Amino acid sequence: MSKLKIKVISRNPDDYLRATKRDIHKLPRNYDPSLHPLEAPREYVRAMNAVKLERVFAKPFIGNLDGHRDGVSSLGKHPNRLAVLASGAFDGEIRVWDLTIRKCTRNFIAHEGWVRALCYTPSGETFTSVGDDKTIKTWKSEALSPEDEEPVNTLLSMSVMSGITHHRTKPLFATCGEHCQLWEKTRNEPVKVFKWGVDSLHHVSFNQVEQNLLASCASDRSIILYDCRESGPLRKVVMELRSNALSWNPMEAFIFTVANEDYNLYTFDVRKLKQPVNIHMGHTSAVIDVDYAPTGREFVAGSYDKTVRIFESLKGNSRDVYHTKRMQRLTCVKWTLDNKYILSGSDEMNIRMWKARASEKLGVLKPRERTALNYSESLKEKFANHPQVKRIARHRHVPKHILNAQKEIRTIKEKNKRKEGNRRAHSKPGTVPFVPERQRHIVKEDE
Amino acid sequence: MKNQIKKTKRYFDTESQDSALNTKPEDQKVEVYNIKITPNLLKANKFKSNKNNVFKKPTHNNDKIKYKGKAPIDKSKLEVHSRGEGIGKSVKHPLHAAKLRKKEKKVNYAQDQAARAEILLTEDHGALEVDEDSKTTAISQKIIAENVDITAASKIFELNLDFGPYRAKYSRNGRHLLLGSNKGHLAAFDWVTKKLHFEINVMESIHDISWLHVETMLAAAQKEWLYIYDNTGTEIHCVKKIDKILRMEFLPYHFLLAAVNEFGFMTWLDISMGEIVGHYNNRLGRTSVMTQNPYNATLCLGNSKGVVSLWSPSVKDPLAKILCHKTPLTAIAVDNRGMYMATSGVDRSMKIWDIRNLDGPVQDYRLRSAPVYLEFSQKDMLAVGLDDVVEIYNNCCSQTTEKPYLRHRMGKTINNFKFCPYEDVLGIGTRSGFTSILVPGSGEPNFDALESNPFQTKKQRKEAEVKALLDKIPPELITLNPFDITEVDVPSMQEQMEAKKKLLYLKPKKMDFTPRNKKKLKGKSFIARKKIIKDVARKEFIEQAKEAKKILDLPEAQVAKKPSFGVLDRFVSNPKPKK
Repeated sequence: MSKLKIKVISRNPDDYLRATKRDIHKLPRNYDPSLHPLEAPREYVRAMNAVKLERVFAKPFIGNLDGHRDGVSSLGKHPNRLAVLASGAFDGEIRVWDLTIRKCTRNFIAHEGWVRALCYTPSGETFTSVGDDKTIKTWKSEALSPEDEEPVNTLLSMSVMSGITHHRTKPLFATCGEHCQLWEKTRNEPVKVFKWGVDSLHHVSFNQVEQNLLASCASDRSIILYDCRESGPLRKVVMELRSNALSWNPMEAFIFTVANEDYNLYTFDVRKLKQPVNIHMGHTSAVIDVDYAPTGREFVAGSYDKTVRIFESLKGNSRDVYHTKRMQRLTCVKWTLDNKYILSGSDEMNIRMWKARASEKLGVLKPRERTALNYSESLKEKFANHPQVKRIARHRHVPKHILNAQKEIRTIKEKNKRKEGNRRAHSKPGTVPFVPERQRHIVKEDE
Repeated sequence: MKNQIKKTKRYFDTESQDSALNTKPEDQKVEVYNIKITPNLLKANKFKSNKNNVFKKPTHNNDKIKYKGKAPIDKSKLEVHSRGEGIGKSVKHPLHAAKLRKKEKKVNYAQDQAARAEILLTEDHGALEVDEDSKTTAISQKIIAENVDITAASKIFELNLDFGPYRAKYSRNGRHLLLGSNKGHLAAFDWVTKKLHFEINVMESIHDISWLHVETMLAAAQKEWLYIYDNTGTEIHCVKKIDKILRMEFLPYHFLLAAVNEFGFMTWLDISMGEIVGHYNNRLGRTSVMTQNPYNATLCLGNSKGVVSLWSPSVKDPLAKILCHKTPLTAIAVDNRGMYMATSGVDRSMKIWDIRNLDGPVQDYRLRSAPVYLEFSQKDMLAVGLDDVVEIYNNCCSQTTEKPYLRHRMGKTINNFKFCPYEDVLGIGTRSGFTSILVPGSGEPNFDALESNPFQTKKQRKEAEVKALLDKIPPELITLNPFDITEVDVPSMQEQMEAKKKLLYLKPKKMDFTPRNKKKLKGKSFIARKKIIKDVARKEFIEQAKEAKKILDLPEAQVAKKPSFGVLDRFVSNPKPKK
């Protein structure tokens, strides 16, 4: 026993206990899997808890901006200040809001009749509004003196206008009404007028990336594309029902989404208008407005069925649905430029602020909080397809009228499918062709 | 070039300058400028000289590079932290394949990081080294006690107690010890500081004891019922739903107390809610050989016929059965990683099985006498109790060992023993007390404080209890393979087919024969109508069955042609086809 060597585990408690009460506790880690048995079921349970907590914390409504004396008709986002919002109402009043304190900073009667549309200029110094009184008025963003309350510039048009949009860089803006008109700030007459045999257009929007491109929705169920450098319109696609609003994807310049009267939204590729890239279903009434998130991955839609729905741009079904008891028909929705909030204006004179991600915690996150959230996020992703997890993550409580409408729509769809199938079965093969859903809603494309 | 003065190489000289100097003819006059070398100038020069080779790929010469990047990781260490192979090229869609590649990269990175983090582990595991010609078996506890530090030596102790055979169990963090005797003596104490929590006599026989999820609660299976005590010895519960328990095991991640009783009834009691989640008879008769598999939380039960069966609360039949010995079993032990199971029979044999494979023993040992108890340590040492001797084997699973690693003679019969988690200690409950001995190298030296912490404070314990309750695994997830939950649900397709098959053999629907006009209920016409309705229903059913068959495309059961015996055919038995 000359070379006997014995070593046993003998821990000094000082190495494992904190020295003083103010010290933090020592937490030695050992990542050896044999010390952490049952990894998979434990992770599954944690994923279940995470997804449940997500639903528990899903309280998207932040607050409302109250002050308008008639329904809100239009909203305008400030291009470089997150806290500023301008809104127009059906009684011709425009209000400017400070979103951080949720107070109205300024209000004035801008038009006789509705304020049809609002838009800020790219610099953010002024904003322009069009109204039912055939005028285009430009206002200062900030009113420091009583003179600033007066419009900077007033342009008179021959016809009623219903939409306005500003060019990203040039001092150009487009309005729509009877025709699509291009205006320059310094001139009293439109620079260009685009006509394509249409009685009226009700929405127009400039592409913010491919800056010379603009699109409008017409009352003859068509969507028309223009290039502001050319003399005539470019292309037109006619759908089964009319489109109410249009929004360009800010990240993919060739993609836009329209809100349609047939309860659906359609995402189009400019290069291939014959068939939409995607159909987004979920609303149970006409979709009134749509706006893209600045990331281009998601968009928000407001509908006549009194709900706001959030869609992922690549998916056909909505990710979330927001509703309150008091919110009436939506007239306009906007996604703020910090990708965190959604603003919705509705018939009953209120503008509502929502979180874009319903269960997100607002404010500064501590590092431990953040890692915990990241961990639960990745667990949710890992177990997303488990039936229990999926069921909880997908479940949304909707008002009864929506639920009933959904049921009705479902039965109608089933009925149509069955009927078509029967017709196909009882007619000569080939006479009732199979038309994919995406082609079904498009009537024609014109050049 | 011989007469050229050899220039001493300076660290700021770059190679191109060198070569330029070398190529210059000697007789050419070299103008010398007095330039003060500053770091900035050096930098600029370096950039200039490198300008030519900007687009050249740097040729790596491993000998010359001083810093070779991150240190390589030992493959065996990587293997430990592996979560299985990646999916590889089986995914065809390029988008999904790219996504998976990205994810796999992350997984590999995590594996690397985990393996690298091993360098941060502070403690070394124990060891016992002797001369090459001598064996460790001869080393007694006395020698060990003389050769280790005083704190470690104090872990060798003996308690002489009067109340008959004792069972001992350590708490999950290895800090507390629970003793229960057959004659009713129940004691719990912090065995490191030797601080007694409580000591009572329940005045009944105690068959088994167990710590619950924290060291403030413990369970004792007494003569009739199951009792739960707190750490002051106060009786909290008397669970009368379970009676005459022989053996208990606590499953910490499921919060289940699993017990088997005299009549072969197995019970899983959820101690967080007080609900019984599984209760059935195992139909094995009386067995007192039970252990849990910590890898998947199944129970291993050995019976008198030599069969080991694995049980989970949701299935009333054993998940698996193995015939281990031809004689009654005396003990079972499963190692921490759920790889090996050791069983022993009355025939003095001890076998090691690969519990995930279950074909043929990996090792087969023959011992001096039949073992009374078996136990694996955290580092896979196997302790074998033979009457009054404990033998500890090292490395006995993957290879055959002849000599035990350590042997300890007690002088009194052994009842049970447990390795203390995170310590090199084996605690032995005997006929007349409790003995604690040192087994160098048996325990895991580095604990994970978020899993189980021997130095836990009260606050930490409370916090950990809440966390553990949140992560409580539902009892349905106790399966042979705990990773089942992360697998793709493949058999559902099979189940779909089964469901379709069932369509064929549906019972015909119940039919309502009452005509709208109740007057027609009697008479000939009603019978005729009944027949018509039945016929229609039958036709419909047959049509359905035909359709279903078409979908399944079942090959008709081909009947093998029977050999003909001519006239004698009538004597060939013709069994009824089974339905």
